[in-house]
Amino acid sequence: MSRLIRMDRTGHTTLAEWTAEDPTSVEAAVVAFRRELDQGYFAMVTRGEGHAEQVKTLPVDEPLVIMRLPIAGG
Amino acid sequence: MHRAGVVWTLTTVAHVVPFIAVAVVLMLLQPLAFPVAAIALVHAWIIPELYAARGAGVVRPKSRAAAGPERVALGLLGDLVGHEARELHAQTGLAIERGRLGTWLVAEAGALLVRPRRSRRRPGLVHCYCVRVPAPELPSADRVAHLLLALRADEQGFATVANLAFAGAPWRLRRRLPAAMAPALDRAAAV
Repeated sequence: MSRLIRMDRTGHTTLAEWTAEDPTSVEAAVVAFRRELDQGYFAMVTRGEGHAEQVKTLPVDEPLVIMRLPIAGG
Repeated sequence: MHRAGVVWTLTTVAHVVPFIAVAVVLMLLQPLAFPVAAIALVHAWIIPELYAARGAGVVRPKSRAAAGPERVALGLLGDLVGHEARELHAQTGLAIERGRLGTWLVAEAGALLVRPRRSRRRPGLVHCYCVRVPAPELPSADRVAHLLLALRADEQGFATVANLAFAGAPWRLRRRLPAAMAPALDRAAAV
């Protein structure tokens, strides 16, 4: 089961869960994913320790996709 | 990156040397001017210390969210980092991350970059970056996770977005860090 989560004031919130074999759950995850992108979030996928990649489309095969806010200089 | 370190070193020298020169000249011309010479030496000492304090300020702990969200956020951060980094974060509040530019120590609203050693006896400079996620309501571990993911995705871009608050010798910064964080700097400098 793959998960789409957003880091927020609660720690994190699970926005969608899907399996690649279930097109309905994938579709719902894609909708949730796009909604977060539209709100200004960045989607991140970890690529092993020390590596992460920003993605623009939902990587259906990834176990975990994390939505984060953009950073800024202090 | 190297140029930024050199500029900071030259700036520090430019602040310190004139005050030391004034103190020396005063003592040569008129030993009774000792109090004024002492004041000049204090200036030469305090200016780099103030810069270092500003650098240490970027990693000072900020306000915490409620215990529940902090615990959830800490769980996610723990999943993102390895055992060593998890342990170090629990002890110091800083997440260690090895990158191409050096070893990073990521805090809630800033990060330290310990550059590679210049030689066996000369440790690399520490660069202190002020960088944050503009959402103060987030739990502290989530703020660290935001910076960590941004750093992992684009290290050079991370260093470009962040504001450089200080660059200098690790020993100078170490004295200004909260005591609990000093071991993390030692660990990063030893890499």
